[in-house]
This record gives sequence, structure tokens and C-alpha cells, in this order.
Amino acid sequence: MTSTPETILDIANLSVSVRGDEGEREVVSNLSLTLKRGETLCIAGESGSGKSMTSLAIMQLLPQPAARISSGTIRLHDGDKGAIDLTGLDERRMRRIRGDRIAMIFQEPMTSLNPVLSIGRQLTESIEAHTGLSHAQARQRAVEALKAVRISEAESRLNQFPHELSGGMRQRVMIAMALALEPDVLIADEPTTALDVTVQGEVLELLRDLQRQHGTSVILITHDMGVVAEMADRVIIMRHGRMVEEGKAADIFARPQADYTRELLAAVPRIGSGAGRQHTKNAEAVSANVAEIKDLHVRFDLHGGIFGRVTRRVHAVEGVSFSIAPNETLALVGESGCGKSTTAKALAGLVPYTGDIVVGGRNLAGLGREERKAVRRDVQMIFQDPFASLDPRMRVGDLVAEPLVIHGIASKEERHARVAALFERVGLSAAQMELYPHEFSGGQRQRVCIARALALRPKLIIADESVSALDVSVQARVLGLLKELQREFGVAYLFISHDMAVVENISDRVAVMYLGQIVEMGTRDQVFSNPRHPYTRRLIEAVPVPDPARRRSRFARLDQEIPSATRKIGEAPMKLALSDVGGGHLVAAEA
Amino acid sequence: MTSPIAPDLSAGQMPARPRAGVWRRLIRRRLALLGLVIVAIVVAGAAFAPWLTGYDPNEQMFDGLTIEGSPLPPDAKFWLGTDLLGRDLLTRILYGARTSLIIGIVANGVALLIGTLVGVTAGYFRGWIGNALMRFTDLMMAFPALLLAICLAAVFQPSLWIVAMVIALVNWVQTARVIYTETSSLAEREFIDAERTIGAGAPRILFRHILPHLLPTIIVWGTLGISTTVLLEATLSFLGIGVQPPTASWGNIIFENQTYFQAAPWLVFFPGAAILALALAFNLIGDALRDILDPTQRGRE
Repeated sequence: MTSTPETILDIANLSVSVRGDEGEREVVSNLSLTLKRGETLCIAGESGSGKSMTSLAIMQLLPQPAARISSGTIRLHDGDKGAIDLTGLDERRMRRIRGDRIAMIFQEPMTSLNPVLSIGRQLTESIEAHTGLSHAQARQRAVEALKAVRISEAESRLNQFPHELSGGMRQRVMIAMALALEPDVLIADEPTTALDVTVQGEVLELLRDLQRQHGTSVILITHDMGVVAEMADRVIIMRHGRMVEEGKAADIFARPQADYTRELLAAVPRIGSGAGRQHTKNAEAVSANVAEIKDLHVRFDLHGGIFGRVTRRVHAVEGVSFSIAPNETLALVGESGCGKSTTAKALAGLVPYTGDIVVGGRNLAGLGREERKAVRRDVQMIFQDPFASLDPRMRVGDLVAEPLVIHGIASKEERHARVAALFERVGLSAAQMELYPHEFSGGQRQRVCIARALALRPKLIIADESVSALDVSVQARVLGLLKELQREFGVAYLFISHDMAVVENISDRVAVMYLGQIVEMGTRDQVFSNPRHPYTRRLIEAVPVPDPARRRSRFARLDQEIPSATRKIGEAPMKLALSDVGGGHLVAAEA
Repeated sequence: MTSPIAPDLSAGQMPARPRAGVWRRLIRRRLALLGLVIVAIVVAGAAFAPWLTGYDPNEQMFDGLTIEGSPLPPDAKFWLGTDLLGRDLLTRILYGARTSLIIGIVANGVALLIGTLVGVTAGYFRGWIGNALMRFTDLMMAFPALLLAICLAAVFQPSLWIVAMVIALVNWVQTARVIYTETSSLAEREFIDAERTIGAGAPRILFRHILPHLLPTIIVWGTLGISTTVLLEATLSFLGIGVQPPTASWGNIIFENQTYFQAAPWLVFFPGAAILALALAFNLIGDALRDILDPTQRGRE
């Protein structure tokens, strides 16, 4: 690193405004920043803070015609040749800068890759467009780029299509594409938000390595303070389109100046901070479990061949057993595809299963339709995306009242009173019952879903990634509400999450799932302070710690992809045997 | 820091005033009002036809033709002229509105109903019933609609109601296809899963949660269907299996007179304009209804 690194990009007094119903609204106000060569600048903030708009403004990709840059300059420096103001460039000249000098990675690697073109075609296309290399040379360069992002069998991957790759692979292809032309600036907009936590660790490490090799400057946009601590040299905290605080990463985390930064950092769930529950309940109280799951299997048949016979089977859940006591929170953790959501769906009656589900002492398998409906009243579910799980054409008051209507509880007036009380209880006002889901913020919508789940006074609430889609400060408040409701109503939670930090915060017991089976289960303290299975350890290690002083030097990489849960007929996966290592801490033997 | 469970009341403010009824909001839109006026005129014309004109729709008047026996252009006596048999065109259009309204609304409505039922059932339940229904729909689609109508009309004794039923039986197919596709994608949405977890049964999910989302599609197909059905009736009349002459319908007025198109263009122009105006009117109302009935559009106008 040189003593005075040159400035590569500087933004002065940038304002972006969006035309809306009530005239123009500024989404970015008066933002100034400089980016030095080889530096990682993190722009952190919650949704609506204007961080993504800033990145789109740099790329000149603001959504037309609604948004425009109302004032300010964005200057890209080019060594001795001076600087160019990107805001004044026409589309043709801007196109030459995009990709070549400034590249961008988006959040969702599936949607930002063209699903009908092969990886190779998409890679070589941009190389050919910018460099004038021949097709063969461009292909060679594409292979090198794929190798640089540690994709195995790079040559044969060129012929694959995006849907044939896993999420982490796709994001690596995106990075390869962005870095193939060796740009000066790389803008990464929430590059790991859609990825599993262990994959996130790998992708972040890869970004760091590549940056070191090429001296690329990176603008990393994220809401995750853990990622910020892991990656940033400097940090900008944004809120409502304004810069709240700017400084070195170490300073921001150690000595935050602005109140908002302090709040934001306080809201971040941390592993091992001891912020969890004080009393850890005894798992021995078997007598009155609200739900018991024994040897649950969920398999989906895949049909193939000309006769549509079952040729392969997805073993989504393979022999899962656990029980939940009243007033207890059992967390089910694992990465995407591990079967945790399928387990929840089986419990909620959304997918067919084999095995036993006992709710309130009654086995669902032996019951008729009406009886099952009555038993299922005790199990309610809160989904991940509150907007998708509320009918957009119904008033929220009617939605919350609906469970009562279906089960024929209370008269119309009583129902109204009960719904109003529920609204007040979850921190909404009764007057808001008349509104439609789109008129709420994300956190409020999740409160509506919680009220809806509570309406029937269930004994068990399944929370399927229920806080993952929320901003950290909102997330902290919703988690607080869930804990409070548990104290008040004695409801048990099956809390499904991929976020170990959140899990540590809320759960009494933890079950870790991998490929459809539980690999480790025990009390929160057992699992977090004494993780015995290598996968559990890996999951805990992968969580970025919101403290730059404790930055990991190296993250253990998996050399192969996670195996698939899809298997040929007759090749059932091996059952893992769980053994007690003391105090009810169950661990699977290593395969 | 604020209390950990303070409500986040940044959005979701109460609307300033209660919302007006559907009807009030409909007539507040200028184009929708225009559509309503046209429909009202057509309905009134059909209902009060005997009082609005002094002629009989089937009376072949001696002074309704020139000496050479060709139809008269519009004049003070015959406002829209006369047709090739010397009948008053205005009178025939007014009486023809009765037929065309029945075809456009009843036949089209029945087609829409069948199409929606088939589409929703197949799209929601899938399985063997869905397969059976959709393969039958495909079969109907592959079969030439006109040929089918001719067969059906030949089996039954042609009358206005039979013609309406024949048209309905031919026209539900496209609606079923479109509704099927939409229903099957709606059924995959998470809020439908959420409904199941609170114990909602199939009827509640179908009628309270899926049907409202299909409303825009149904309205669009309904308004498009009006002109299609009116014209199909005209085709059938032309082939002699529609509404039997001398009963007037807008379609058969056009077909009866099309050979005179060059000599007497008003004979095709006026009934054509009537069909167009009716279809346009329903389109305007349908468009406005679609927006008004969509609560997610609230506050985004």
C-alpha cells in the first residue's frame, strides 16, 4: 500500500430525488464521499436509507423516469488524465465505463443472471464488448475469471445455465463477471444477503482476496453490521438519505458518535453476548408437551421418463424427532434446503408426511378432518415475508378476525373487540384495522401476522424465519414482542431461522438440521458454548461478528458443494444416530 | 434508545376521510360516466322501442324504397334511412338492441361464469379433476367454434335463448384457460398457505381469497366478450342458424345489408356504430371498475 493512496471516485453534494404522489421527494440528500484506490467503503443503513439509490446513481442506472440526480457531482478519476463527471455523461459513453471501470454486483444472483443464456455466453459477451478480444481469447479470459473465483471445473461450467448452479456459485459467477474486466471500482449491493451464512463467509473472503490481488476499490452496501465489521476500511452510516456518521471501521464500532449509530449497533444480535434468556427450562418436563414429533419424514417424488414414473425422490425431512414444552422456544436452525421449513409445513398441515405429529396429546394421523381442524387450532404459523402472507385485497382487521370466523368463535361485536385488543397488544392502534396490508411498513405487517397467529390463543406458534426480512432495529423490537407475548400467554415457539445470532437470543433449546436430519440438539447453552458436531461449529463460526477487532483472518472453505437431498429411488440416505453426550445434549455421530 | 417494543408507527396512517361507495366513485370518473350513459341509452332504447318510433320493425313500407327499389338514405322521415326491404333502419336498430343486449350480456355472462368455474376448479384443485377439465378445454379450443355452433344450433330449434346458450357454450373456453393459469399461480402464493394454517377450507379460500384477485381478469374478459358475442350472433344469423328473420339483431342487420354496402353504406355503418359504442361503453366501465375494486390501488392514484 502506498503512503498516500490516490482518490479514485469522489462524490460531492449528491442529491437524488424521486417523483411521487406528493411531488418530488429527496431520497439521497447532499451526500459527499471519497473512495481511495484499494479501499473498502461500506455504506450501511436500514431499508429506505438511500444506500441503494446512491449506488444506482454512481452507475447512472437510476430507475427512469421517476428518479433523477437533482444536484451534485460524481467524479471518476483516471490517474494523471484528470477526472470525468459521470452525471454529465451521455448513455453511450457511460456504457463504456460500466463494466470496464465500474462494475456492480446485485443482491439476487438468480435474477441478475439471464436464465436462458449459458454462463459462458454471459461472461464472454461483456468481455468482447469492452475489449475487442476475439471469441477464443474472451473465452480464455472467462475461464480465468471463473478460476479466480474458485469455481471448480471452470471450462465445463461455461456451458451451464444459471439454474444449474447453487446460490453461492451464482454469486461467484456474478463476481467473476464483474471482475473479469478488472474495474477500478466494484459496487456490491447487498452481495451476500440472499446467501446462506456459511456461503456468505466464503463469498466475503473471496471478495477480500480478489481486492487484495487487483487493488480494486469496493463500495459495499449492506444492512448487516456484521458484514461491515468483517469487510470495511471505512464506514458511512446512512439514514433517510443523509449521512449520519462517517469514519474508520474500528472507530465506528468502538466509539460511535451519532445516536442512530449507537442504536443500530445495540440492535444487532450478537452471538455469545449473553443477551439470551436467563432461565433455561428443564427439558425433562415431558408430561405435558404441546407438540411431539416422532420420526417425521417428508419426501417429494420427482417424475421422469416417458411414462412419468417416479425416478428420483427429494428426501426433504428424514426421521426428525423433537418435542416442545409449553412456554418454551425451540429453535430449528440450518441453511437453505436443510428441511427446516418443510418440517414446519408438515407440522402446520401444509405438506403430506409420514411419522407421528402429536399435538396436545392427540396424534394427528388418526383423526378425521373436523377433528384435525380442531387440533390444528393450537398450532399457528408466522411466515417469513409478512407482505406475501397477507391477502393484499383484504383489510388487516378482517384478516386478523378471520381465524375466529373460521372456527366460529364469538359474535361479530365480540370479534371486533377481540381483534382491537390484539392490535393494541402487538403495538398497533385499533384504528389501523381498516387499512390494507400495503399501507403498513414491514415491521408493522409482521405485527399484524403475529396478531393473526395469536387470535386463536394457540399453544404453539411456528415462526418460520419471521424476523429475517426485517431491518435490525425492527427485528429487535419484534423479537422483544415475541418474548413478551410468550411470558404473557405461555405460548411455545418453534423458531426457524438461519441466523445463529438471533437464535441464541431467543431460544431455550436448539436443534441443528442438515440435509433433512437433526445433527445436534440441546439447550441453548449446550449447543452454543459446547458445539459438538462439526456442522454446528461451522454455522457458529460463519456468523460475522459486529466487531472489527475480532475479524476472522480466514474462514474454512468447503471444497465441495453441499450434497443434494435429491436421490435416486432405492438410495435412501443413511440415518444418523443421535447419542446423548450429557444432560440431554444429543449429537449425531460423524459420517 | 427507545423502548424495545415501541410501536413503529412510521407508516399506516389513517385515511383522511371514509371512502365513498363504489357507485359514487364510478360516476366521479368521466370516462366511466360516459360508458354508463351509453349503456343507459341502449337499454332505454331497447325497452321503450315501441314508444320511440312510429313504425313496426318488420313493416315493409312502399314509400321506404325508391322507384328503382333501392333503399333510402337518411332523411327527415326515415332518420337513419331504410333497408333493402323498405323497413325503417332506426326502428330495426332499436328493436335489435333487445336481441343484442341479451346476447351480449346473458350469453357472455354465462360464458364467463362457465369459464371461471372451470378455470378456478382446475387451477386450484389440480390433480385428476384439473387435468380432465383442462384437457376438455383444450379439446373445445381445438374444435372450430363456428362448426360447433352450427352443430348445436342444428340440434336445437333456433330461438333467441338457444342462440344465447350456443354462444355461451362456444365462448367460455378462452376465459377458462386464462383463469386457470392465474388461479394456479395464485394458489402457490404464500397467503394461501397462511389461510390453510388458520384452518380455512377450500370454499373460503376460493371465494374470499382467490376470486377477488381474479376480478380484474374477469372484468377484462367480460368487456372484451361483449363485442365478440354480438358479432358471433351476427355470423350465426347470416348462416341462417341465429336469430330467425324477421327478428332484428344488430348483427343480422349488417349481414342482411352487406351486399348493398357500396350503394347504401349507412345500412352497415349505423348498426356497426351501435355495436362499437356498446362494446366501448362496457370497456370504459370495466376499466374503471377494475381500478375502483382494487384496494391495493388506494392512495396511489
